[in-house]
Amino acid sequence: MRRALDSDGNPVITTSGLTKVYRSRGREVTALDGVDLHVREGEVYGVIGQSGAGKSSLIRCVNLLERPTAGTVTVAGQDLTALAGRGPRAGKELRQARSRIGMVFQHFNLLSSRTVQDNVELPLEILGKSGKERSRKALELLDLVGLSDKAKAYPAQLSGGQKQRVGIARALAGDPKVLLSDEATSALDPETTRSILQLLRDLNRQLGLTVLLITHEMDVVKSICDSAALMEQGRIVESGTVSELLATPGSELAAALFPVDGEATGDDRTVVDVTFQGEAATQPVISQLSRTYNIDISILGAAIDTVGGLQVGRMRIELPGRYEDNVVPIGFLREQGLQIDVVNEPLLVKEGAK
Amino acid sequence: MTWSEMQPLLEQACWDTLYMVGWSTLIAVVGGLPLGVLLVLTDRGGLLQNVLANKVIGQIVNVARSMPFIILMVALMSFTRWVTGTTIGREAAIVPLAIGAIPFFARLVETAVREVDGGLVEAVQSMGGNTWTVVRKVLVPESLPSLIASTTTTIVALIGYSAMAGTVGAGGLGDIAIRYGYQRFETELMWLTVAVLAVVISLIQFAGDYAARSLHRRGGRSGAAPKLRLLKASTATSKSA
Repeated sequence: MRRALDSDGNPVITTSGLTKVYRSRGREVTALDGVDLHVREGEVYGVIGQSGAGKSSLIRCVNLLERPTAGTVTVAGQDLTALAGRGPRAGKELRQARSRIGMVFQHFNLLSSRTVQDNVELPLEILGKSGKERSRKALELLDLVGLSDKAKAYPAQLSGGQKQRVGIARALAGDPKVLLSDEATSALDPETTRSILQLLRDLNRQLGLTVLLITHEMDVVKSICDSAALMEQGRIVESGTVSELLATPGSELAAALFPVDGEATGDDRTVVDVTFQGEAATQPVISQLSRTYNIDISILGAAIDTVGGLQVGRMRIELPGRYEDNVVPIGFLREQGLQIDVVNEPLLVKEGAK
Repeated sequence: MTWSEMQPLLEQACWDTLYMVGWSTLIAVVGGLPLGVLLVLTDRGGLLQNVLANKVIGQIVNVARSMPFIILMVALMSFTRWVTGTTIGREAAIVPLAIGAIPFFARLVETAVREVDGGLVEAVQSMGGNTWTVVRKVLVPESLPSLIASTTTTIVALIGYSAMAGTVGAGGLGDIAIRYGYQRFETELMWLTVAVLAVVISLIQFAGDYAARSLHRRGGRSGAAPKLRLLKASTATSKSA
């Protein structure tokens, strides 16, 4: 497993060896299996995985709504697992720490008996703020999420997207440094999803808010995440910044973030995925390759996209001949600073190539 | 009997019934609400999970609730005397009525509180709220429409119980119906009593439904309100009595 941590940026959320085992009727289910997560300050970090992969357990362990069986969670330099104590109930210190971590939920979890404004005021009530201060802060936050005209409405009178905006405003009431997003857009239509993601992105930039989100939608990661991790069966199988992932040969996450299709047209062909990032995208490498080695190249598929604010191009090309015949041209492509994944590379050679 | 003879009798009986039911409802709500909430909190997976306490409370509630009221009343006689100094009259009737209604209301509260979405509890926990905050800010306010409906059901049930209390000297409408209708064949007075009861129950049910609905409406998207439940609630009463 690779660790996604480069020198700049302090980790604001760190989990190490996080393990969660559920026991029910003598059966044990391991939801988290030694998860090490490092989320740096000011970034949007996405954890993606299928349902049952453990991402929900992971995010709920971060503010200890779920008690980890083993491992530690540190948020903003504070070891939450040490604050938790032994009993199932959260002590005062843990509750104070939680109030500095915002959380938004898939199903919004707004109180139907309260108006929008009162919902946003709830965390402030818990913090013991005065009535005046509460309403000032709540109106300010509603303005920030673009719902100042709905302050007196009840949640049931709002659309899904509006409810999630209220949820976000509420999560920000305690001036958190960290926002946890538990599938915040999964109950919304694509259009609304985009606007909520945009809001999260804006908040991340304006307030310097660190966002840890979990999702099963690749699009979410693609549109707002700076870093991402892929979870499978309670483990993080890949993680890193989006550009690191795209630069990682054979990265599943990169392939899923940025898929290219195309099948080899015959047995004696070599299929190669070429990934361009930044500068390399401007070089006419394919025609150079063709001219230098006098080979015919066919393009099976290509796409250019913006992933995590990065312009990325990916192309799947086919070279005549088997891999052994193309070692030199592929070497040439690598020399140009491109990332090359040989799709039908024989296993034996793969070991050597690395 | 003429109307001028019947009127003071009915009037007094009506007030007696409302007096008994009013006080015992108040006590039932004060006692049953925390008990019902506790039943939810101590349950497996609850915020104050305590399986033993849950079993004990649940068992007490079950036994007390399934006890026929007339037997409970007799069984509690010495306790009633200890509390009120007597076993007859309105005040004395309030004791068994309240004790009978507490577990009844507690179960209704339990059901209502269980309906509250666990996600809301989690949301408040994530804000740093403690269990008391969860109860005060989430469980009770969010289940308030159901709690009001439960109170209505309890009041209607208590009117039924109070009639039984009437047969052993508590006064009220039940007492009139037995003494005049059953023992003296004053059919007219008996039918009048029935009519008065029907009106009282309808008014209470209507008021309760109205309150629950107007609370519910602000939660509901449109006027999708629960239907009037006059008939349903009165059949429930006859069952519980």
